[in-house]
Amino acid sequence: MRRYFARKIGIYIVAFWFAGTVDFLVPRLMPGDPVQSYLSNFIGANTTVTQYRAMYSAFAKAFGLNVPLWDQYWHFWDGVLHGHMGISISQSSLPVTSVIRGAAIYSLILLVPAIVLAYVLGNRIGAMAARRKVLDNTVLPIGYLFQASPYPWLALAVAFYLGAVAHWFPIGSGYAQNLLPSWTNWHFIVSVMYHWFLPFLTVFLVSFGGWAIGMRSLVIYELETDYARYLRALGASQRLVRRYAYRNAALPQLSGLAIQLGTVIGGNVVAEVVFQYPGLGHLILQAADSQDYFLLMGIFLFIIIGVLVANFVIDIAYVMIDPRTRLAMQGAQA
Amino acid sequence: MSANPGPARAAGSSTPAPVATGSPGEELDELPSAAPAPQGPGERLEKGALAGAQAAPVAPTPTLAAGAPAVRLGRQRWEFLHYALRNRKLVFGFSVELVFVLAAIFGPLAAPYSSAGDSSSAGVPLKDQCAAFFCASGMTTHPSAHHLLGMTYFGGDVLSIMLYSLRETYLVGFLGALFAGIIGLALGFTAGWRGGWLDDILQLFTNVVITMPALVLLIVIGAYVKIHSPLFEGIFIGATSWPWVARAVRAQTFTLRERDFVDLARLSGKGGVSIVLKDIAPNMASYLFLVFILLFSSSMLLSVSYDFLGLGPTNVVSLGDMMNSAMLWSALNLKAWWWFIPPGAAMALIVFGLLISNIGLDEVFNPKLRES
Repeated sequence: MRRYFARKIGIYIVAFWFAGTVDFLVPRLMPGDPVQSYLSNFIGANTTVTQYRAMYSAFAKAFGLNVPLWDQYWHFWDGVLHGHMGISISQSSLPVTSVIRGAAIYSLILLVPAIVLAYVLGNRIGAMAARRKVLDNTVLPIGYLFQASPYPWLALAVAFYLGAVAHWFPIGSGYAQNLLPSWTNWHFIVSVMYHWFLPFLTVFLVSFGGWAIGMRSLVIYELETDYARYLRALGASQRLVRRYAYRNAALPQLSGLAIQLGTVIGGNVVAEVVFQYPGLGHLILQAADSQDYFLLMGIFLFIIIGVLVANFVIDIAYVMIDPRTRLAMQGAQA
Repeated sequence: MSANPGPARAAGSSTPAPVATGSPGEELDELPSAAPAPQGPGERLEKGALAGAQAAPVAPTPTLAAGAPAVRLGRQRWEFLHYALRNRKLVFGFSVELVFVLAAIFGPLAAPYSSAGDSSSAGVPLKDQCAAFFCASGMTTHPSAHHLLGMTYFGGDVLSIMLYSLRETYLVGFLGALFAGIIGLALGFTAGWRGGWLDDILQLFTNVVITMPALVLLIVIGAYVKIHSPLFEGIFIGATSWPWVARAVRAQTFTLRERDFVDLARLSGKGGVSIVLKDIAPNMASYLFLVFILLFSSSMLLSVSYDFLGLGPTNVVSLGDMMNSAMLWSALNLKAWWWFIPPGAAMALIVFGLLISNIGLDEVFNPKLRES
C-alpha cells in the first residue's frame, strides 16, 4: 500500500521533471531564435545594426538567455518551483501565473463535470446495455459512431445544429460580450453557464460512448466468470450477480480513466477553439500564434500538473473502491 | 507481476480506441491481487477486448507457431477465408474501407473538378486560397447536380477537395501507425524479453509518456517549428501514441517466454533477437495485426485534430484542413453545412469501418468469439 503510493508518486515526479525539461529544451533546441522573432516587433526601417545588437543583448539578458545552458536550466526550475513563470507578452504583460489563473477556471468548469458525468453515465448505460438486448442494439453502434467521430467534427456539428441553426445556445466566447468578467456578478455567472453548455456537451459526448462500450463488454465478461456462475448456482438474484459484476468491471474502467485524461484534454482544446471558449486550450493556441513563449511554457506545465494531480486522485479512488488494496493495507499494519 | 495483465480493456473515450484499451493497468500490476486475467470470455466483441485479450490470443493462434507444416498452413488459410467471408462485421467494415481506399487512390483522377475546383492547384491549402476570394463567386453554394457536395466560400468543389484530402489523411494515419508500432513493439519486446532493471526503466518511461497530453505537446512544439510534411506529422503521432502498444506487447511477451517452445528455442542456441522475432512475434501475429488497425484509426483521428488546429502540414489539403478553413471562414454562420459535415462524416465512416472490421477480425482469429 505504502509502496504503491510511493511508486506512483515517484512516477509523477519523474513525469513532472520530464515535462519541465521538455518545456525548457524545446525552445532552446528548436531552430529559430525566439529573441530575434520577438525583436522583429520593435524593429523599424531605420533601426541600425548597433541599435539592434543593443536591443538583442538587453532582451537576452532580460529573458535570462545570456548565461550558460545549465544556469538557465537551474533558473528555470527555481522559477517553476517558486511559481514565477515570467510575464506574458501578448496579454498586456501580466504575470503568466495570473493569466493562467484567469483562464483555468473556465477550463476546469468545462472539463471536470464533463469527465465525471461522461464516466458515471457511460458506465451506467454500458452496464444497462449489457443486460437489455434492445438497449444494446442501439447503444453499441451509437457508441462506436461517437468513438469514430473526429473531435472537430463533433464540435462543429453540435455548434451548427444546436447553435447556428436552432439558436438554442450561443456559439463563440465564454460569456455575453456586454458583461465584464466578475465571478460575483449573478448575470455574468448565468451568462457563463449559458455559453458553457455546448462545449460541455461536446466534451461529454466524445468520451461518453467509449465508457459505455467498455463497461458493456466488461460486464458481459464478468458475468461469464466463475464467481458469477457460482453465485447464480447458489440461487442469488440476477440483480445481485450484476452488482458484483459491475463492481469488478469498475476497476479497469477507473485505470482507463487515468489513461484517457490526455485524450480528453485534446478534445477539450478542440472544443474550446470551435466555441471560442476562453479556457486554457484556447489560450495556449493564442500563445503559440503570438509567440508568447513564457505563457506557452506556463500553460503546458500547468496542464501537466493538472493531469498528474488528476492521476493521483484516481489512484486514491482506486484504493477506495478496491477492497483488496484496503485489506492489504490492514495486513501490512498488523 | 506481469503474470496478471488484468483486463486491459478499460474502455475509453471516443478517439483512439487504443489509448483506452491498452491499460494492463499499471495500477493493477502493483496491487496485491490483481483482477483476473481475461481467459476466454463469451462475447467480447469490443476492440477493448482485443487489447485486453492479453492472454487469450496466444491460444487461438497456433497458425504460424514453431514451424507448422505447410499443408496445414494452407488448410488454415482456407479456413480463415471461410470464416472471414461469413463474418458480416468484417465484410461490412472491409467494404467501407475498400470504397474509401479506392476513392483515395483513384479519386483525384476522377475528381469532377481537378485541383479543388478553382484556378489554384490542389496542393495549395484552402486557408491560403484567399486570392480565390476575389475571383470566385465569394458565396458558398448548396449541393447541386454540378457540385454534388456544394462549394466552399472560395468556389472550391467540396467533393473534389475531399477526394484529394483522403490520400493525405490515409498517409498520415499509416505513417503514425507504423512509427507507433515500431516503437511500441521494440520497447515492449525488449522489456518483456529482458525483464529486470531494463524492464523497470522502460516501464517508467512508458508511464511518463502516457501522462503527456499529445495535443498540447504538439502545440508547444508547433510554436517553434512548423510541420511541413506528412512524414513529420506521422512521426510525431507515432512518437506519442506508442505507450499502450508497448504495455500490451510486454505483457504478452512475458506470458509467452515461459512457454516450452521458447525454452526449446533457447536450448537450440538461438539468440534473443531471433527468438523474439521468429518464435514469439509470430505467436501474436493476429493480435499485432489488430493492434495495427487500432493504431491506424487513432492516428487518422489525431491527424484530423492536428490539422483542424492548423498544426498539420501547410502545403497539402487534408480532411482536418477542410474543417479548419470552414471554421475560419465562418461556415457556421453562413450555414454552409456541406463544407464541414462531409469531410468529418467521411473520416468517421473510415474509422467506424476500421473498428467494425477489427471486431470481425477478432472473431475470425479467435475461435472462441465466433458466432455459431
